Amino acid sequence: MTQKGDVIIGLEVHVQLNKLQSKLFCGCSTAYHNSPPNSHTCPVCLGLPGSLPVLNRKSVEYGLRVALALNCQVQQETYFYRKNYYYPDLPKGFQISQYDFPLAVGGSILIKGDDGERKIRITRVHMEEDPGRLVHAGTIDRAKYSMVDYNRCGMSLLEVVTEPDMRSPKEARAFLDKLRTILEYLDVFDGDLEGSMRVDSNISLAGGERAEVKNISSHKGVEKALSYEITRQRNMKRRGIRVIQETRHFDEARNITVSIRTKEEAHDYRYFPEPDLVPLRVADWVPEVAASLPELPDARRESFVSQYGMTDDHAKSLTSDIKVADFYEAVARESPPRLAAVWIADVLKGELNYRGLTIDRFSRQDMVTILEMLSSERIAEDGAVQVIRALLDQGGLPQDIVKARKLERAGDQAVMKAVQEAVAECSAALEDYRKGNERALNFIVGQVMKKTRGRASPTEAFRLVKEAVDRMDA
Amino acid sequence: MLAKLKEQLLSGSAEEYLQGLFDRIEHSKLNAFNALARESAVSRAREFDRQLWGGALAGVPIAIKDGISTRGIETTCSSRILRGYIPPYDAHVIERLKAEGAIIMGKTNMDEFAMGTSTETSCFGPTRNPWDLDRVPGGSSGGSAAAVAGGEAPCALGSDTGGSVRCPASFCGVVGLKPTYGLVSRYGLISYANSLEQIGPLTTTVEDTALLLDVISGHDPRDTTSLEKDSYLNLEEGVCGLKIGVPDEYFGEGVDPLVEKSVWEAISRMEELGASWQKVSLPHTRYALASYYIIAMSEASSNLARFDGLRYGHREAEDQDWHTTFSEVRAAGFGKEVQRRVLLGTYALSAGYYGRYYLKALKVRTLIKEDFQRAFQEVDLIASPTMPFPAFKIGERIADPLTLYMADVFTVPINLAGVPAISLPCGFSQGLPIGLQLIASHFQERLMLRAALAYEEATPYHLQTPEVAA
Ligand SMILES: [Zn+2]
Repeated sequence: MTQKGDVIIGLEVHVQLNKLQSKLFCGCSTAYHNSPPNSHTCPVCLGLPGSLPVLNRKSVEYGLRVALALNCQVQQETYFYRKNYYYPDLPKGFQISQYDFPLAVGGSILIKGDDGERKIRITRVHMEEDPGRLVHAGTIDRAKYSMVDYNRCGMSLLEVVTEPDMRSPKEARAFLDKLRTILEYLDVFDGDLEGSMRVDSNISLAGGERAEVKNISSHKGVEKALSYEITRQRNMKRRGIRVIQETRHFDEARNITVSIRTKEEAHDYRYFPEPDLVPLRVADWVPEVAASLPELPDARRESFVSQYGMTDDHAKSLTSDIKVADFYEAVARESPPRLAAVWIADVLKGELNYRGLTIDRFSRQDMVTILEMLSSERIAEDGAVQVIRALLDQGGLPQDIVKARKLERAGDQAVMKAVQEAVAECSAALEDYRKGNERALNFIVGQVMKKTRGRASPTEAFRLVKEAVDRMDA
Repeated sequence: MLAKLKEQLLSGSAEEYLQGLFDRIEHSKLNAFNALARESAVSRAREFDRQLWGGALAGVPIAIKDGISTRGIETTCSSRILRGYIPPYDAHVIERLKAEGAIIMGKTNMDEFAMGTSTETSCFGPTRNPWDLDRVPGGSSGGSAAAVAGGEAPCALGSDTGGSVRCPASFCGVVGLKPTYGLVSRYGLISYANSLEQIGPLTTTVEDTALLLDVISGHDPRDTTSLEKDSYLNLEEGVCGLKIGVPDEYFGEGVDPLVEKSVWEAISRMEELGASWQKVSLPHTRYALASYYIIAMSEASSNLARFDGLRYGHREAEDQDWHTTFSEVRAAGFGKEVQRRVLLGTYALSAGYYGRYYLKALKVRTLIKEDFQRAFQEVDLIASPTMPFPAFKIGERIADPLTLYMADVFTVPINLAGVPAISLPCGFSQGLPIGLQLIASHFQERLMLRAALAYEEATPYHLQTPEVAA
């Protein structure tokens, strides 16, 4: 049943530029999360009669950063259009968006495909305003009424449209992951905020009509919805039923997509140029924005390999999230870089994922301490894992955890090594001891304590020294 | 007039003067006002009498078209759909007026959403022309013009999308100016066709119009289409040496012979004052009306989409699903003419028709703009009738929208080109005022005003007042 390569997927991703301080066309603050409904509004974003939009130039700058990072061609001049439709969350009865002359066109990025690297082409990147949000009293199908919250209304959105270049749900997810990574590197986007990225995906089997699954807000959800769609479309094909072109909704709870039975007629948005906003000569902005672009994930990955001598897999894992990459670099300044790479990429990331936590939950200093205890062989590898887990689950300080859980390597190799070295070095003291001076051993124990920087316990060290000497003499 | 009034207010009582106006309005047959802000205005006047603050319009009462947002005063655009809407903010022009010491009297009647030439499409009923109560005051700023002509307000603001300041100025025998697109901030002006409209003054003299324009014009960061201003004060340079163009396309067929005669007399008068005149051609004039109505209706269909009853204004009794509720609110809240224009505009923007109508209308607009640019390479000003005929009777044309649209033939090309124009009294036809239209190149308001002032000083028409104003 699986025919490889007959799946065709294209994505339209709505990215909220939520790192901006104010909305796209008014001065309202973007920090509306956890605020009372309709508290972040003004005449402009409420679309009150007579209000006019004023373009937030920082939005354009952020948009250009993204366009350039996606290797797009920035237009000479860009225009805003009105997209006309009625909906209760849309206070003006139209959305200010772009149509002809969008911000940028024709880009591409590389993702990890099913068989090696795959290039995904970007059709266009355009700016638009976010509508408000409907809150239903109860579930959507049973609600007696709905309420509208316009706090989100007027937030800057960037719509990134791809060519139908993905061949599996996994590739779609890889694209979204990569896009998110890039956006966070550009410091224009915080993917942890609710509703910050919403995806419409088009999916068809070769030769068939395409279905559009709209408005999914998680990458995992996109992957699941698309997988369901492939099964549904294949089954229909097998039974000789034609797939119709339609819009579908992903029911996250049931893991299925359902047809949205809206009005049958196709939407006619009656686009026309927005007379209240003048055309924008964005080409002039490009040199400055390009010069200020930060290092992007692919470049950073390469520099991690060459600078720190880690494997490409580790570099990829560490750079796929800018916060992890920054965390790593801070730790690597005070610890052996390769050891840090292994422990952050292979252990810490796994433990965080398992708990659904982000790297913000872990202190850089704790990581440095753990790596130091490891390299001085004060704790063993599984001791280090236990410390990391305890820090995530209960908190505390690494040293206290080591003590409380007795993770210190008792008589461990570090002390053994110090004992052996001290015994070999202190031949004079050894002679005295052999002559019957029991206290001469104390000198050797003192050397052990010095070598282990006091970490060995004196009685234990005495016992080990005595054992070593007795073994020699046996 | 305003200069004299300001002196009078300083030496006398602003409160007394204002109460006099309100008393007159309350006994008036004109129906010029939709809402009076009597309480707040009188208390401001009282304050003025105590403090005697300064400013270009210190203590001067002013009437505002009901399409301009005024904080705390109901603003309806003469539409049922906005009944009860009290804006939480002031339009830019209102802020400017207040900053210069003016007192907002109330809101004046208009064609619903400025869609009309007669102020007959208002949900508050028609305003009457002070010169003949059976006739229309013109539109859409008919209430503002009638209030000024009828002595109910010393000055007023209107808005002009296709002649809405100049037409009622012409019909009511007052001065009205449509600024260059971008000279006055539209922030707070409830949009009908936003690429065409500007707020403009209506007054009894050119000097007063210049004074108001000087107050309300200039860049406002909240309207990104607005630009910097010139000064419109001290206009004594006169008309001497100016070249006036007379376009053939604005005379002849369809123009009342008395109107034509008065305008030619005005041109001769300016010639006597030292100007010269020559013919100019504006060949695309005949396509202007079609282009104007397509652009205006298309923009209107989108601008008026926000009126759904959800957040403010009219709401039908029972809510159903949002789609049905929106439809019912809009069907009940909009009058016939508004519905006609929204439907036509929606049609013109629809897929498949966009290129045939809207894009073509934009191309014609460019040609009309170029007509004016060419003409202004040869002349400084263009003179024409403002309206082809004097005020018509109430009810006479309203049933036939197409004939009514034709009345805008000399005013809409100016909005399409974005240039400024002024209408000022230049005679009478059987007791009804006639308006002379002077048109200037972009941002040449100063030149236009000084010619208008020179003409006004040499003629008596602006001094005549209708009986109701006596
Ligand atoms: Zn806002």
